[in-house]
Amino acid sequence: MNDSGPPHPHQDDTGAKLGMWLFLYTEVLLFGGLFILYAVYLQRYPREFAAAAGELNLALGTANTVILLTGSLLVALSVSAIGRGNCGPAQGLLWGGAATGVLFLANKYIEWSAEIGHGIYPGSPALAQRPPGENVFFGLYYITLGLHGLHVLIGSILLAVMAVMTANGSIRRDRFVVLENSGLYWHLVDLVWIFIFPLYYLLL
Amino acid sequence: MTQPTTANAASRGFLTEGGKYPGLLGWIFSTDHKRIGLLYMYSVLAFFLVGVTLGVIIRLELIAPGETIVSAQTYNALFTVHGVIMIFLFIIPGFPAIFGNLFLPIHIGANDVAFPRLNLFSWWLYMAAAALILISLFTGGGPPDTGWTFYVPFSAQTTTNVPLAAFGAFVLGFSSILTGINFVTTVHRLRAPGVYWGRLTLFVWSLYATAWVQILATPMLAITLVLLILERLLGAGLFDPGSGGDPIMFQHLFWIYSHPAVYIMVLPAMGIVSDIIPVFARKPVFGYWAIAFSSIGIASAGSLVWGHHMFVSGMSDMAILVFSLLTFIVAIPSAVKVFNWVATLYKGSISLDPPMLFALTFIFLFSIGGLTGLILGSAATDVHVHDTNFVVGHFHYVMFGGTGFAFFGAMHYWFPKIYGRMYHKKVATLAWGIMFTGFNILYFSMMILGLRGMPRRYYDYLPEYTDLNRVATVGSWILVAGLLLMFVNLIRGARHGAEAGGNPWGGLTLEWTLPSPPPAENFATIPVVDHGPYDYDRVSPPHE
Ligand code: HEM
Repeated sequence: MNDSGPPHPHQDDTGAKLGMWLFLYTEVLLFGGLFILYAVYLQRYPREFAAAAGELNLALGTANTVILLTGSLLVALSVSAIGRGNCGPAQGLLWGGAATGVLFLANKYIEWSAEIGHGIYPGSPALAQRPPGENVFFGLYYITLGLHGLHVLIGSILLAVMAVMTANGSIRRDRFVVLENSGLYWHLVDLVWIFIFPLYYLLL
Repeated sequence: MTQPTTANAASRGFLTEGGKYPGLLGWIFSTDHKRIGLLYMYSVLAFFLVGVTLGVIIRLELIAPGETIVSAQTYNALFTVHGVIMIFLFIIPGFPAIFGNLFLPIHIGANDVAFPRLNLFSWWLYMAAAALILISLFTGGGPPDTGWTFYVPFSAQTTTNVPLAAFGAFVLGFSSILTGINFVTTVHRLRAPGVYWGRLTLFVWSLYATAWVQILATPMLAITLVLLILERLLGAGLFDPGSGGDPIMFQHLFWIYSHPAVYIMVLPAMGIVSDIIPVFARKPVFGYWAIAFSSIGIASAGSLVWGHHMFVSGMSDMAILVFSLLTFIVAIPSAVKVFNWVATLYKGSISLDPPMLFALTFIFLFSIGGLTGLILGSAATDVHVHDTNFVVGHFHYVMFGGTGFAFFGAMHYWFPKIYGRMYHKKVATLAWGIMFTGFNILYFSMMILGLRGMPRRYYDYLPEYTDLNRVATVGSWILVAGLLLMFVNLIRGARHGAEAGGNPWGGLTLEWTLPSPPPAENFATIPVVDHGPYDYDRVSPPHE
């Protein structure tokens, strides 16, 4: 790690973080639209929603919750490691964080393959036979979790890039706001999941 | 002020110097906020002219009942594409992306926005989105025919190329969000010493409020369009009553964005009007804080009124009542601004230069648009005029008569600063007069037609509507003649106009301390500001 050289003259960490927080608001609102739809349709079809939710794979969902929370922990640790100048450990932690994302997606793949195998996917003939409320539930389920999965993918890539940047010294003790921002993004992905998980998997 | 009033002849400020690369590349890869602003200006105006052409064709079709020059299907495509271009490619990016980019950093004494590269990226997104929308016209099932609102169920069923056009609008939303983030951060972080919040120009205040709306409302549009696209690709049925969905939910989601978007369109226009009037009345602005906070008031209250687009779509009476009441509340901060402008004019030493004429026209036309908005905002009267030409007249008064004319005002106000040259003022005034006349003939006739019951989005009409339709079409010709004259005059001015000097209008804001055109790096040293932007009672304008 290279501690020499002054930080860039135009460097404004506070500004960069402010920008990131604003961006995160927009992400929250993006998912917010889906949660509004969820709320309205839940109110309209409480029983069908509960029935459909019961069919989701709770074990895989729980595993994924644990995986994402672990990922967030690793990323938070990597940020504080960099803050103390420990670039080696930070790099490992970041790779670990990226790996949790991949693990999450692998789980999701298993879960969705099984469900699609049972003929449950948006617009499927099997769903068309069921009560409309269940069709809406699964429609929202696939779209919301799909969008979230996309964010996990982007987040993992980001973390991998951060790991590389730590390795080649572009992220260092006096200059790691980009890492902090990527960490924030990863926490957001986590946070959204924390809402998705009970709404879809734990609904009674 | 020690800086020269005009950049020396060989170097015309940021127009000729600064880019990392030579020629065109030096523009399309420049991170200079002024160059990006001009890139936006040229691209947005190009689309504006396309939109105008489509509007004129629409009007031509309506010159007589029955099929005149285009078929029903073509007509549907025409008003859809006209609406999409005017809304998403012209009026929403118009003010923030063009004049915000050009002057927001200078107004707060900064050398650039907070994230210059992101800024350039926004422009590229804008161009990519515009390309997508253009491609959607010629591929798939042909140009979309849903109206710019993309309402389901029709948009989920029509064979035309809705998904691609919707995706284009989605990308535009992303570009708009990035601009918003950039501006909020810039205003928070880059104000020069002495530019505290009470010394921001009202233009910057309005951009700040707008940026928040861009950030907080646009994601709703994004998710709505994503859902529409997925509906077409996957058929999840989320808006299809046959599969348990509800089409009204689409309308809610759409207007949760699109009504606040109306304030993205109009707030910066109000901002520039608040900046122009004190300059040409030579008086401190009346009620600075009232104007500044009414921007915030409009931005927040405006986020709660989307339901007034849906009075006849199927909502509970309670919801209708609440949305109607909230709509009336939004009128208050707007009226506060109007009264403040008028009070600023009172006993001012007024000069009616072209920018001022446009600003005053904004007040007049916007007031007509706003008052007719109240007719639409009260549920009882809305039932009668909903989806008629009255609505079309109303929103053209607000968007074109309001924002459009303020946009032209901003062009005439900052033109000498941007190009260092002056256009022909008499010709500009003439163009203004022609446009003003044509505008009112065109849209006032349409409002009367609407009151008499002529629906919007129809290529045909009953014979009793013929006379006024003919008048409206003639009005559109007059309007376009004025537009053309204005653009010719501006283009000539940019090339051959007389040197304008640093401060032709006697403005007190920071851009007038710089030479015209401003140098690539705005301020050689970051200025220390010791007076407010409208303190005509205390300081005299630089370079005078
Ligand atoms: C010379 C200029 C213009 C002319 C002649 C014109 C004409 C028209 C006409 C006749 C319609 C109604 C079509 C119908 O409902 O059957 C229309 C619709 C519309 N115009 Fe314009 N217009 C012009 C400029 C503008 C501008 C500057 C804006 C925005 C800033 C704008 C935005 C719209 C929108 C959003 C619609 C609604 C499209 C829809 O129904 O989906 N127009 N225009």
